[in-house]
Amino acid sequence: MSEQLLAQLINGLLIGCMYSLIAVGLTMIWGVMNIVNFAHADFLMIGMFTSFWLYTLYGVDPLLSIPVCGVLLFLLGWIIYKFVVSKVMTGPALAQVVVTFGVSIFIANAAVFLWSPDFRMIEKPLLQGSWIMGPVRLSIPKAVASIGSIAITLALFLFLRKTKTGKAILAVEMNRSSALLMGINTERVNALSFAIGSSLVGIAGAFLSMYYYIYPQVGGTFGLLSFCIVALGGFGSIEGAFIAGILIGIVQTLGGYYFDPAYKYAIVFALYLVTVWIRPQGLMGW
Amino acid sequence: MKKPTVLQAVFYAALLAALLAFPLVVKGTFPTHVMIMVFLFAMMGVAWNILGGYAAMFSFGQAAFFGIGAYTSTILLMNYNVNPWIGLVAGGVLAALMGAAIGIPCSNLRGHYFAIASIAFAEIVRIHFNNWKFVAAAEGLSLPLLPDSLKNFMFHSSKAPYYYIILVFLLLSVLICWYISTNRMGFYLRAIKESHELAKGMGISFVRYRLYAIMISAFLTAMAGTFYAQYILYIDPESVLILPISVQVVLVAMLGGAGTIIGPVIGAAILLPLSEITRVWLGYKGTGVDMMIYGALIMVISAYQPQGVWGYLTSIRRRAK
Repeated sequence: MSEQLLAQLINGLLIGCMYSLIAVGLTMIWGVMNIVNFAHADFLMIGMFTSFWLYTLYGVDPLLSIPVCGVLLFLLGWIIYKFVVSKVMTGPALAQVVVTFGVSIFIANAAVFLWSPDFRMIEKPLLQGSWIMGPVRLSIPKAVASIGSIAITLALFLFLRKTKTGKAILAVEMNRSSALLMGINTERVNALSFAIGSSLVGIAGAFLSMYYYIYPQVGGTFGLLSFCIVALGGFGSIEGAFIAGILIGIVQTLGGYYFDPAYKYAIVFALYLVTVWIRPQGLMGW
Repeated sequence: MKKPTVLQAVFYAALLAALLAFPLVVKGTFPTHVMIMVFLFAMMGVAWNILGGYAAMFSFGQAAFFGIGAYTSTILLMNYNVNPWIGLVAGGVLAALMGAAIGIPCSNLRGHYFAIASIAFAEIVRIHFNNWKFVAAAEGLSLPLLPDSLKNFMFHSSKAPYYYIILVFLLLSVLICWYISTNRMGFYLRAIKESHELAKGMGISFVRYRLYAIMISAFLTAMAGTFYAQYILYIDPESVLILPISVQVVLVAMLGGAGTIIGPVIGAAILLPLSEITRVWLGYKGTGVDMMIYGALIMVISAYQPQGVWGYLTSIRRRAK
C-alpha cells in the first residue's frame, strides 16, 4: 500500500512540476498587468505542435525543439500583446477578462482548421522508457521534463531578482505608477512579461510533447488547471504558483487514485474553491 | 428613470407587434429557430447582466445554472411524472440555492478571481453530471414525448408556441432587470461595482445584495435551461453544461452593452444569427472556421468597442445633444 502511495506521490510530483512551469508564466502576466491570459494553455498547444511538426517533418527531437519553441512563443506573445491585449489595458474590466477568451477560441480553432482535431503523438523521442527502482516506475521523459521545469523556473527567478530588466518587471508588479515615476518604461515591461510568460509555456509545450497526446483542444484542461494554480498560489506570486503547481499535481493524482479518476479535476477545482473562500488572496498572495 | 417619449413608446409598441407577428408572417422553421435561439440567449444575457453588468461579478459559470434547470425539470418529468412547468420552478429554485451556496464562499472575490471561481464551479457540476448514473451520465436524456399542449410544455407540429413562450420569458426577464435597476437594489449593486470599500462604508450589505443578484440570475438562467430541454427534447452534459455556453452568454451581454437593460437583447440579436448562420454555412465540415470568426469577433469587440453596441449608440446620442 505504501509503495503504491509512493508511486502515486512521485507521479503527482512529476505532473505537478509541469503544471508549475505552465502556471509560472501565467502568474507573471497576471501579476504585472492584471490580465488573465485565457489563451495561455493554447500557447502550450502551439508549443506542442511546433515540437511535433519539427519532429515529423525534419526529424528534430523534442529536446532540441525546446529553444525553438521558447523563441517562437516569445514572438507570438509579443505580437498578441501589441495587437490585442495592449488595446484593452485601459478599457473596462470586462473587456480585459473577455479579450483573451477570444484569442483562445481563435487559436484553438485555427489549429483545428490547419491540422484537424486528431490526436497525435511523437512516436520515438530520444528520451523514452522508464527507470525502475523497486516498486517505483519512473518515466524518463517525465522525469527529464520535470527537472527541466524546475531549472527553468529557477532561471526565471534569478532573472527577476538579479538583472535590471527583471527588477523592472518586479517593480511594475509591485506598483505600476511608482515604477512609471521611476522612469521604467511600463509599456515595454508589459510586452516583455507577456512574451516571457508565453515563452515559458512554449517551453513547457516542448517538454510535454515528449510524452503527452498532441491535439488542438489540449489547452482546455491545462488552462483551467493553471488558472486554479495561479489563484491558489496567490496573485502574481511566482513562488506561490510553483508550490501550488506541485500541490495540485499531487492532489490530482492521489484524488484520482483513492477516490475516482473521473473526478480528479473536480477535486482540484473544489480544493481551489475552498482555498479562496478561506484565503481569497491565495497561499502566498498579499 | 425618465418616462419614455411618445416616439419611443410608438417604437417599442411597433417592435413588439412585429415580434408577435413574426411566426405568422415568416414561414419555414429555420428563421423561427434562429429567433428562438436569439430570445433564449437574450434571456440568459439579461440574467447574466444582473450579475456581471450591475454587480461586476463576471460569471463564466452560467452553464451550470442552465444545466441544472434543464436537468431538474427533465428528471422530474421522466422519473416522477411531474409537469414541466412545476419542474421549471423547481429547477429555478434549485439553481438559486446552488447560486447561494456558491455565492457565499465567493462573496469576497472580485474580477478575475470571481470569473475563475465561477468556471471552477461550473466544471465541477459538468464533471459530476458526466459521471452521475442517476442522470444517465454522458449518454444524456431523451425527454418522453407528450401530446402537444401548453400544459405539457411540448409542441411537435410547430415551433411557433415555443417562440411565444420564450418571448414571454424574455420580456419577464427584462422587466425584472428593469425593476432591479430602477430600485434600491440596482443602486446598491452599482455602488458595490464602483467601489467595494465605499459601498461597505455607506453601510450597504455587500454580501447580501451580491447573493440576491446571483440567486435571481441563477433562477432566470435555469428557466432558460428548462425551456431548452423542452424545446430540443434531448439533453446531455455536452449540450447544456459546457464552458462555451457560459462564454456565449457573456459575449451576448458584452456585445450589446453590459450594464444596460436592453444591451443583452441587442447583443443576442446580432450574435446568435451570426453564429447559427456561420455554423450552417461553414461549420458543417467541422473545420473550425466558424469558431475562428467568432474568436476574432470577440477580440475586435473587446479591443475596439468594449462598451457594446448600445453603449456606442448612447455615446453618439450624448454627443449629438
